[in-house]
Amino acid sequence: MKGLTPDSRSDVSVVLCGQAGQGIQTVEKLLTRILCAAGCNVFATKEYMSRVRGGANSTEIRVSASPVRAYIDRIDILIPLNKGAIEHVADRISPETIVLAEEETVSANAGKLSNVINVPFTKIAAGIGSAVYSNVVATGTLAAIFGVELQTVVDYVKQNFSAKSPEIIGNNVEATKAGFKIGAELRASGRIKIAGTFTAGVKNDIFLNGGEAVALGAIAGGCNFIAAYPMSPSTPVLVFLAQHAGEFGIIAEQAEDEIAGMNMAIGAWYAGGRALASTSGGGFALMIEGLSLAGMLESPVVVHLAQRPGPATGLPTRTEQADLELALYAGHGEFPRIIYAPGKLEDAFYLTQKAFNLADKFQVPVFVLTDQYLIDSYYNTPPFDLSGVKVEKHIIKTNKDYIRYALTENGISPRGIPGYGEGLVVVDSDEHDQEGHITEDLQLRTRMVDKRLKKLELIKKEIEPPELWPAQDYKKLVVCWGSTYDVVKEAILRLKRKDVSLLHYNQVYPLHPETAGFLKKAETVVIVENNATSQFGKLIKLYAGIDIDKKILKYNGLSFSVEEVADGLKKILD
Amino acid sequence: MNKEIFDMGRIDIAWCPGCGNYAILKTLKQALAELEILPANLVVVSGIGQAAKAPHYFKTNVFNGLHGRALGPAVAIKAANPSLVVIAESGDGDMYGEGGNHFLHTIRRNPDITNIVHNNMVYGLTKGQASPTSPIGFKTPVQVNGVFLEPFNPLAVAIALDASFVARAFAGDIEQTKEIIKKAITHKGYALVDIFQPCVTYNKLNTNQWFKDNTYYLDDSHDPHNRIEAFKKAIETYKLPLGIFYVNEDKKTFEENVGELTKSNKPLFEYELDMKKLSDSIERFKSVSK
Repeated sequence: MKGLTPDSRSDVSVVLCGQAGQGIQTVEKLLTRILCAAGCNVFATKEYMSRVRGGANSTEIRVSASPVRAYIDRIDILIPLNKGAIEHVADRISPETIVLAEEETVSANAGKLSNVINVPFTKIAAGIGSAVYSNVVATGTLAAIFGVELQTVVDYVKQNFSAKSPEIIGNNVEATKAGFKIGAELRASGRIKIAGTFTAGVKNDIFLNGGEAVALGAIAGGCNFIAAYPMSPSTPVLVFLAQHAGEFGIIAEQAEDEIAGMNMAIGAWYAGGRALASTSGGGFALMIEGLSLAGMLESPVVVHLAQRPGPATGLPTRTEQADLELALYAGHGEFPRIIYAPGKLEDAFYLTQKAFNLADKFQVPVFVLTDQYLIDSYYNTPPFDLSGVKVEKHIIKTNKDYIRYALTENGISPRGIPGYGEGLVVVDSDEHDQEGHITEDLQLRTRMVDKRLKKLELIKKEIEPPELWPAQDYKKLVVCWGSTYDVVKEAILRLKRKDVSLLHYNQVYPLHPETAGFLKKAETVVIVENNATSQFGKLIKLYAGIDIDKKILKYNGLSFSVEEVADGLKKILD
Repeated sequence: MNKEIFDMGRIDIAWCPGCGNYAILKTLKQALAELEILPANLVVVSGIGQAAKAPHYFKTNVFNGLHGRALGPAVAIKAANPSLVVIAESGDGDMYGEGGNHFLHTIRRNPDITNIVHNNMVYGLTKGQASPTSPIGFKTPVQVNGVFLEPFNPLAVAIALDASFVARAFAGDIEQTKEIIKKAITHKGYALVDIFQPCVTYNKLNTNQWFKDNTYYLDDSHDPHNRIEAFKKAIETYKLPLGIFYVNEDKKTFEENVGELTKSNKPLFEYELDMKKLSDSIERFKSVSK
């Protein structure tokens, strides 16, 4: 029987696979936190079907001494929870993959699996009182395999179930210990060799996912209003803000539809709130008329658009980067906007925070473009530094002669709100005069269009620069944006070439003016996008005048793996 | 307070001569003046259409949004600053057609706003097509054989949803309409005032005289707290009752419910982020709890 291959001993990928409702998430939640608490770097991501029970879902948990933040195909340890699980991840199973499973789960596939260790999770759980404890048994086993101290595991399990009755807490502790015993024996026997996944300096880290990072960023941006309609994969942001409504004083309302959600958000900004519209493609399609309203009213609004594959309902629980052009061109008429596409969790936090300040400052819509992969991926990261976080308010107190759309040199009219000062605040979706009243003065129309568009010049002064990594002197340049950041980065590391650099965009619009310069310096430019038509490539062609003809595109609904980007790059660059 | 406080001076009004909108505007200004509501403390939210232009014609804070979308912003504005008086004012096509879903759910939320609907049973600005309240048989350039859709009954729908205040008025009767509007504004909770008005250009059937001949006022024998009786009155078709159909004062407003959740009664523009709480929230994502 083989152990883990030598080069994966300190970077281990555990995959849990089973039906919806079988408790994969319980194991994921417990194990990831326990490993973090014990001092490992941990990454977790999931792919799942659009159903409440049944089907086949999987979660990958990567554990390492060095930071791990990207999805890989390789499976070192597989925990299949039902008979269909092996089929579901068959392409990713290698002779080195260790399968920890109950005998009956894998018996049908026994011939294809070279490395099976039978563990009777359910039987042990039943002995403790109920099969429901099998997930905690498995957690104990896995924690022990990684060499975590029993006390660390027990402490976390107790903390996690602290709201339950003493009997249930006791049973969970017993289940943990029973599972741990099996894992400790496997570790001692040498059948599974894992070493060196621990490191100093991780214990102070936070462990969270993209949805939580966006929601915390919104709070840090002073968000105090959200009206949204639930839609995968954006829903966690609404849920997080609703659950923190009392703590932070956030008005969180479930709107009847996305049309209402967007229009409420704009209404809230009008009356002095800081509102977030959060949705996914189809929901955003319904918000587009409202987005145009924000353009005309010169209302700030922050839009969190969590992408999933379309058209229409598409693959509701899967990932894609195919709504960039939607965000870019959404809304009838012409008006400026800003589009962020965070690549890291910390960027999701800081850029969402910044989105609120810039929306207020420039009185424009600001997008935070994420996707299912970013929203549902967890990893540990140092706690966000709040020292530079400031809620910048740009509201003025009005006097009685106040006019909302004063024509100013830079296009920004001081924004008053009703009920703060003596003035009247008049806003209109029709073309309007400086007071805000409906007009058909066509000369004034031209001046108002110019005034609105002029703000783009100010916005361009505050574009987030793309990240060039690692070398400034490169011959080959790999361009990507948004959530693919860490996958592409790790793929480039695997190439072990000194002439390849990454150029990652956190802000995709307006496009950074140095883009053409970065691209022209390279002999070869490759773009990596989780869509079918290279939407960012088209945007670069439009605004930087450069056609990137080498593309690595994926649009089957799953995120890229490190291996496939590395293979794709090798084919192009070697 | 004199209603002249709301006057705009000389302005170009886009309504047809003789339009019922003029009477509604005059009545609303009078009602607001009698209630001593200052323009700076008032927000009138409207959608699109001839009726939705009303807030441009008197002194007030204005949110003239999208077609059918007045109610969402109105709810948000009231929640963001409950000290403001908020009126959502538009036509029948805007509120009951394009905005029908928002109409239903705004009633369910029960914000303390007044929803004034100019109901002339026809589309004016798009030149004479049927509205959701057009009567069966009403011929238009689009409904060439006459309307065959069941007319939308806003009062019955509102009462079915237990709206907290449901009334119908007639624009031609300024005095009674003013009293109904005043009661609607002072009522705590969502208040619907559906106002019959003639469209002198496109509705040759439901004229000023037709409304006079085909309506009557509910008298003291009607108990507006009796929901069943209110519903019966709402589905009467001949003659059509006017007045306050239904009142339910025992409902919490949206702002009250929201305030209980947010534990705050301050307007959102005074909101200050508690950095300590944010820092604590972030700390809670550490695996080792403190």
